[in-house]
Amino acid sequence: MSAAASVRSAWRWLRELGRLIVGVPSYEAYVTHMRAQHPDATPMTYEQFFENRLEARYGKGRSRCC
Amino acid sequence: MNGMVSKLGWGAFAIFGAACLGVVALERGESINAIWLVSAAIAVLTIAYRFYSRYIAVTALGLDANRATPAVRRNDGLDFVPTNKWVVYGHHFAAIAGAGPLVGPVLAAQMGYLPGTLWILFGVVLAGAVQDFIILFCSLRRDGRSLGDMIRSELGPVAGAIAMVGILMIMIILLAVLGLVVVKALASTGTQPGSPWGTFTVAMTIPIALLMGLYLKFLRPGRVLEMSIIGFVLLMLSIWLGGVVAEDPVWGPRFSFDGKALAWMMIAYGFVASVIPVWLLLAPRDYLSTFLKIGTILLLALAIFVAAPNLQMPAVTKFIDGSGPVWSGSLFPFLFITIACGAVSGFHALISSGTTPKLVANETEARFIGYGGMLMEAFVAIMALIAACALQPGVYFAMNAPAGIVGTTVESAAQVISSWGFVITPEMLTQTAKEIGEPSILGRAGGAPTLAVGMAQILHGLVSGNGMMAFWYHYAILFEALFILTTIDAGTRVGRFMIQDLLGTVYPPMRHTESWTGNLVATALCVAGWGYFLYQGVVDPLGGVNTLWPLFGIANQMLAAIALVFACVVLIKMKREKYLWIPALPTAWLVICTVTAGWQKLFHENPKIGFLSNAKRFSDSLAKGELLAPAKSVAEMERIVFNQYVDAVLCALFLLVVLSVVVFGLLAALKARRTDQPTAQETPFVALAPSS
Repeated sequence: MSAAASVRSAWRWLRELGRLIVGVPSYEAYVTHMRAQHPDATPMTYEQFFENRLEARYGKGRSRCC
Repeated sequence: MNGMVSKLGWGAFAIFGAACLGVVALERGESINAIWLVSAAIAVLTIAYRFYSRYIAVTALGLDANRATPAVRRNDGLDFVPTNKWVVYGHHFAAIAGAGPLVGPVLAAQMGYLPGTLWILFGVVLAGAVQDFIILFCSLRRDGRSLGDMIRSELGPVAGAIAMVGILMIMIILLAVLGLVVVKALASTGTQPGSPWGTFTVAMTIPIALLMGLYLKFLRPGRVLEMSIIGFVLLMLSIWLGGVVAEDPVWGPRFSFDGKALAWMMIAYGFVASVIPVWLLLAPRDYLSTFLKIGTILLLALAIFVAAPNLQMPAVTKFIDGSGPVWSGSLFPFLFITIACGAVSGFHALISSGTTPKLVANETEARFIGYGGMLMEAFVAIMALIAACALQPGVYFAMNAPAGIVGTTVESAAQVISSWGFVITPEMLTQTAKEIGEPSILGRAGGAPTLAVGMAQILHGLVSGNGMMAFWYHYAILFEALFILTTIDAGTRVGRFMIQDLLGTVYPPMRHTESWTGNLVATALCVAGWGYFLYQGVVDPLGGVNTLWPLFGIANQMLAAIALVFACVVLIKMKREKYLWIPALPTAWLVICTVTAGWQKLFHENPKIGFLSNAKRFSDSLAKGELLAPAKSVAEMERIVFNQYVDAVLCALFLLVVLSVVVFGLLAALKARRTDQPTAQETPFVALAPSS
């Protein structure tokens, strides 16, 4: 892997981690899953996906660690 | 040959670790460098991970690489998503590491660095990481279900309901104690003015979060990272602006409040914040606080590794006898409940059975994520302990001892603390306050400010410059307050749904979570619950942290005991009794600690420790028509007596919860022993499809 490519993959990894830490899983993985498993359904747009995750994470409050 | 080299390598590493631990434990007289402590910790944690966690994973639990995890079986791209194990590790660590591992060790530093260090290291290896790992494993085998749910199905519905009530009580105490940490960091005490800089900066987080919420909803939907960077810049600007405001002769005093005023603001804020839509305030602030938290931990690590401070606190202080000013009670059992997060924390059982099990792609990764994640948290706790112990002990005690003991002036504080053998002058106290840009450092109990001064002093050694100390101090306060406000908001919401659920069993309409009446009533009840304890802590002459932190510690360790009892029952039901000692050892220890601590908080004859004897002391004086300091009227005396009884009742409830779960656990275990088939309620085995 070239240096540029490894920087890019590290950045992608960090971004995925950064999003998941606040409860937003990979959108790409979601779309891939929808295409493969539910080809008839229209996947949510990123914005809808984001709102869906926000509601799922905070809607009922979150028991957080101290 | 390769195995031989590996064995030799681990052997050498073990000797190195033992040597470091020896230096930490036996060094007396001259102060030692933090690097010894860090090295000892790294060695102990690495060796435990390599050997003990492997033993648990392979031999005791029998993790199965071929068994499909919930994330794989139920993959929906939303809740259940098989994810890279390093990403899950980061996610799990971010979820378990909170303010707890930073506050507990700081409070425990009053006994010296050694007791805290040893408990964190041995506690995490044998109890905390074991709990997180086994609960994660159990949840992985049960469709990622929550702890309460799993207890219901393995121990019966009554045990499940008791555990739920226990969790609700912990939430309430946690919110009160965290609220108190913020109030203590900002409030004025006696003649000492409050912290306008801190108050302004913390207050600014509200409009910044609102702005970010609107940004994320309307301007750039879903752009979390971009928003977080903008929010971060605004937060840093507000720290700078806070310094300007504090200097201002007109605006400065307007941001100085006493504890009561701050407590009321916190209560009002908690109520409003938890009923408005989540996207407006809660979500954006959670994003900011999560990233800030990771940043702070990295900063702390950097400071300690690069600056390598000397520990000024003795290895063991005389306060192990229970006479300490920061919290009362002797080493056993109170040290073991003071440091909960970092050594073992029941709250992690909720996280390990929350979102994490829905992300794990392969069962064998539970070892790295569950056990390994907790080891990292223990390391954070060790660093917090170092930051507190790197401070001059005199400064540490001035910040953490309540005004009831050291008085409210630098002169009286310096005199009292010097008489304990920690020499400090009034000038040094004033100078420290000046360096961090605060009017005073007295009575700033609760961990956050101490950690902030410790970090500020260590970081100052790296990047010095005019005003840097003050900046770092307020950065640390901001981080802690931001985190805590988010917890209060989110926790109140959780409490509200739990209360609606509980009330719903009596009066069904309360269950309608969409109804505004139900919402407002349950929220008000929840806020009233923690608000009561918060206010009581603020007016408590002994400083509140004194009373509330042990109660919180007991509650948290009680939850850990419940989770571990559950883990024991599951092992028995799986017919793996041979390995029962792995969860049974920490279960026994935690039950002993919580029951002893709870018992002493109730019945100890020393009024500083026992709630009932303190209540009696005040009611006896009341009967004789005398007023006891700090009460100034009969009404205040009566209120103190009443509060002591409330604390006593709560403490008794905690004891009842833990003991009844133990009984239910024993019953379930005996029943499982009578059949010769495994009876654990796992979801049926599904083989992992080859390279899906």
